[in-house]
Amino acid sequence: MAKLIGGISSSHVPAIGGAIAGKRQDDPYWKPFFDGFVGVRAWLEQQRPDAAIVVYNDHGLNFFLDKMPTFAVGAAPRYVSADEGWGIPTIPPVPGDQELSWAIIDGVVEDEFDIVTCQEMLIDHAVSVPLQLLWPDGPPPVRIVPISVNTVQHPLPSAARCLKFGQSIGRAVRSYAADLRVVVISTGGLSHQLEGERAGFINPDFDALCLNALVNEPAKLTTYSSRELVALAGSQGVEILNWIVGRGILGGPAREVLRNYHIPISNTASAVQVLEAA
Amino acid sequence: MLAPEQCLKANPVKNEPIPGTYIFDGRAARRGYALNKMCYSFNEAKNREEFLADEDSYCARYGLDEAQRQAIKSRNVLALLAAGGNAYYLAKFAGIFGLDMQDIGAQQTGTTVQQFKDRLQYYARFSDDVNAGGPARG
Repeated sequence: MAKLIGGISSSHVPAIGGAIAGKRQDDPYWKPFFDGFVGVRAWLEQQRPDAAIVVYNDHGLNFFLDKMPTFAVGAAPRYVSADEGWGIPTIPPVPGDQELSWAIIDGVVEDEFDIVTCQEMLIDHAVSVPLQLLWPDGPPPVRIVPISVNTVQHPLPSAARCLKFGQSIGRAVRSYAADLRVVVISTGGLSHQLEGERAGFINPDFDALCLNALVNEPAKLTTYSSRELVALAGSQGVEILNWIVGRGILGGPAREVLRNYHIPISNTASAVQVLEAA
Repeated sequence: MLAPEQCLKANPVKNEPIPGTYIFDGRAARRGYALNKMCYSFNEAKNREEFLADEDSYCARYGLDEAQRQAIKSRNVLALLAAGGNAYYLAKFAGIFGLDMQDIGAQQTGTTVQQFKDRLQYYARFSDDVNAGGPARG
């Protein structure tokens, strides 16, 4: 049976892609951020996953506002990284795990989640940047299943719904008959706000609360409405919803293996957190 | 740094408007549809070039209204937001001019780019406190 080995949650700030392309990892500005991934890569090396479920939000590359799915599950043989308009380099296409995609789709629809399925899906920096951080030396040695959460257009799925959606995905993976080691990669956040007179808003207190709660009390985060999340984490800090889905997928008790929180990366309080199924 | 429970008290939310924040809801999505659709087109290099070559006709092709046209012309992010622009789509417009999030942040908050960066840097002092809640670092 497939096994969920753990979860890696990471910021996906586009500027990170620029820093990778410009080889600025050792610049004083970037070093404290990139150093956080040394331990993550060591953990991955030890765990050797075969597949990765990547929970992210599309930023107007694959989905426009003409059709905006609340939850979309990738079911493509490969995922193409494409130009987003402001110059971060793309990565080579990433292979998909279609069997795992359909196991997830079958499971979540059975559980009454009315998702959108995508046999073609462009991936943006929210997928490409974390993959580059985790596997900087070449193509990722995993097949992926990208799952997109609407964090762009309100109404957003509630935090409670996101946790339940994740739990449903987790059940589908655990009952999937293939002998597969699956890692969950959730991307985005933490607190940041790009727009308005409040641009530059960061909230370390709330970020700390989220990081602590995600370890073994994710239900704590389901008490916040989307509006409260905007107020506490910033307009784009609502990407914490991706982390909540990811935590739901992992399910059960977890052990925090690693945490690196660093401010600022661009306008964002950056973080990476590794949780292992306990 | 505030304790988590104080943090919630310090940020009264509920149904009050959040100062300086534009929630991109159904109303904004309707208001800004043409503008965001134009910005979505900037994913492609040839469209960015066409826009730069003839801004007026490019905007006309997407049916921008007068407020949206003026906001594009003035490169004014707050005006673009008021006209229904979404931050993620507007980022593609800003990218045409090589502007990054600190340039945009400075413009919206009425500071210099350096002042805006300093403000972000101010929060750096809290990073260790947040890390202290996690596992010991090797």
